[in-house]
Amino acid sequence: MGAILQYITDDLKSDKTPGVAGNFFWAFVYILLIFLGLSVAVIAMNWLERKILAHMQVRLGPMRVGPHGLLQPIADAIKLLLKEDIIPEGADKLVFWIAPFISVLAAFTVFIVVPFGPAHAVTDMNIGILFMLGVSSLSVLGIVMAGWASNSHYPLIGALRSSAQMVSYEVAMGLAVVSVILMTSLNDQGVGTLSMIGIVQAQLAQGQWFIFKFFPLGLIGFFIFAVAMVAETNRAPFDLPEAESELTAGFHTEYSGFRWSLFFLAEYSAMIAVSSIAVTLWLGGWLRPFPNWLHGESWDQIFSFFPGLTFLFLGGLCFFNAARMPKHPLFRVQTIGLAGFGALLALIGIVLFFPGVRGRIDDVFWFTTKVAAFMYLYIWYRGTFPRYRFDQLMSVGWKILLPTGLGVLILTAAAAFIIK
Amino acid sequence: MTPVATPFFFYLLAATMIIGGLLVITSKNAVHSALALITALLAQAMIYLMLYAPFVAGVQIILYAGGIMVLFLFVIMLINLERTQKERQFNKQWLVGLAAAGALGFLFVSIYLKGKRLFPAGNASYPETQNTQAIANLLFDRRGGTYMFPFEIASLLLLVAIIGAVVMAKKRI
Amino acid sequence: MFLLGVIGVLTRRNVVIILMSIELILNAVNLNLVAFSRMWGGLHGQVFAIFIITDAAAEAAVGLGILIAFFRNKETVNVDEVNLLKW
Repeated sequence: MGAILQYITDDLKSDKTPGVAGNFFWAFVYILLIFLGLSVAVIAMNWLERKILAHMQVRLGPMRVGPHGLLQPIADAIKLLLKEDIIPEGADKLVFWIAPFISVLAAFTVFIVVPFGPAHAVTDMNIGILFMLGVSSLSVLGIVMAGWASNSHYPLIGALRSSAQMVSYEVAMGLAVVSVILMTSLNDQGVGTLSMIGIVQAQLAQGQWFIFKFFPLGLIGFFIFAVAMVAETNRAPFDLPEAESELTAGFHTEYSGFRWSLFFLAEYSAMIAVSSIAVTLWLGGWLRPFPNWLHGESWDQIFSFFPGLTFLFLGGLCFFNAARMPKHPLFRVQTIGLAGFGALLALIGIVLFFPGVRGRIDDVFWFTTKVAAFMYLYIWYRGTFPRYRFDQLMSVGWKILLPTGLGVLILTAAAAFIIK
Repeated sequence: MTPVATPFFFYLLAATMIIGGLLVITSKNAVHSALALITALLAQAMIYLMLYAPFVAGVQIILYAGGIMVLFLFVIMLINLERTQKERQFNKQWLVGLAAAGALGFLFVSIYLKGKRLFPAGNASYPETQNTQAIANLLFDRRGGTYMFPFEIASLLLLVAIIGAVVMAKKRI
Repeated sequence: MFLLGVIGVLTRRNVVIILMSIELILNAVNLNLVAFSRMWGGLHGQVFAIFIITDAAAEAAVGLGILIAFFRNKETVNVDEVNLLKW
């Protein structure tokens, strides 16, 4: 027992990710944790999206299945698993089978290099960001194959449009990323780095989140990446290929039941993946706000209260809203459910106050908070913006984002050169 | 980072590549060929990783597997290949083609066997951490960059290729 | 792999598959370059391999453009029927 504890604390104390340290067991454990975390996140996203969209549209969203619809994602999952698995008649069986798996594989493999902390990634490749860009370009293949294999024209058109859109916005994403990598090279050796953990450490060393660097350039680069990432994942204003009113759900029209849920999983995981790229590159990854300006032990202590405080605040909100619900016997389940959820959140908050947990959970908490903010932005975009027509979409990608990306790159290079 | 079980992975990846190549040239369905080519390309990227060339592996995945193959799949889908699946797949001169390829293979093998002693057994092992930086030095360095000129020529070539492809595919010039 | 690509180019009738076999050939050459670059030190092999990948992309684009232009006229992708110059 002591040996096991020693093994665990050895890993927690090391400052290298398990992949770099060559530690297969811990790498495997991290992979499992990421897998579980992603599944929970996708389920939570499903519920959150429907509720938040509903509240933005001044309606209530799912309320029936469990208190305030909290069990709705589980009901959805059960329904999808029990649905009949239909394969269209002339479809190419092999391609039809593997298309969703390729989408899911591409979306999940990206998480190998996502850094939740200075030693909390599965591995830290030296070409981390290059790997992430490459693997997200493999998800285009999954979509193209899905459209082809369905042997009907709606999915084919949807797949072709979607892949054209994704390929165009990959270029803009790549340019924005390259401008950030330029910024990492402003240290005293003049050497930048492509590894994700290295990029966040460069932000720590330069004392500035890259979004604020060289004043408008970091911001414009971030904006380009933010727009490109929404287009890359076929979401909100750019979701013509899968819009229900235009193309009857586009490339995944003919997929039913479990296969469709694989596409759904791939889409939300891709959203989380590109959000974590954006967070790592521009918003300082796992760093708490003001890591250099307000530095020192005492400030670290003060900021380490934040996770617990956040959860307590959320629990308090739940209690407050539970108290405001109408006091009618029919609403009893809802009220008790909401209060129970609030109690759960408050419990998590209290657990996060314990001194043993408090200092360690910081990195993961800040990273997850920033990614959650991006998820909220995604849902906000979906509720607010009208859909782009396809030619408008392509013209924005090539005629506006690409020249702006090039301009940001050149200006960043000039600024870096001047500063040297 | 110390490599683990290198021969096993190498044989696995090499077998994947060769089987992928075989499937490319023997599939009736063009989409199956494209998929086999994608598998072969991904296996090749992993072999690049084993050869301590992570940047080339990344470039291969982004460009080849993620770009060129998407282009191929597009074209396959835009051209209706239903009819051609029922026709003969192989040329009328397939025997001659096989014989020529066999002769070429014989040539390769004989060159390798004869010249084996000419290959010095180098043991260069440069660390991965500086691979990208070293490639950038070769490409871009002001003082000693050997490949700056080919780099510019390559960008010019890409420009010509873009214009050519657009002109070729237009309906009316 | 080089041999497989050559066989593919010489024996198949479908133009798209011929183009894919050409990609196989290019990839085989790349692999050779990177392997020798590892054996003898120096990164010239890898840089050249990157150039080859870039060129392959350009050539695939142009080749497919030609293919589409041709297909519009003749409605077939067999190289056997590319015989406009035959007497």
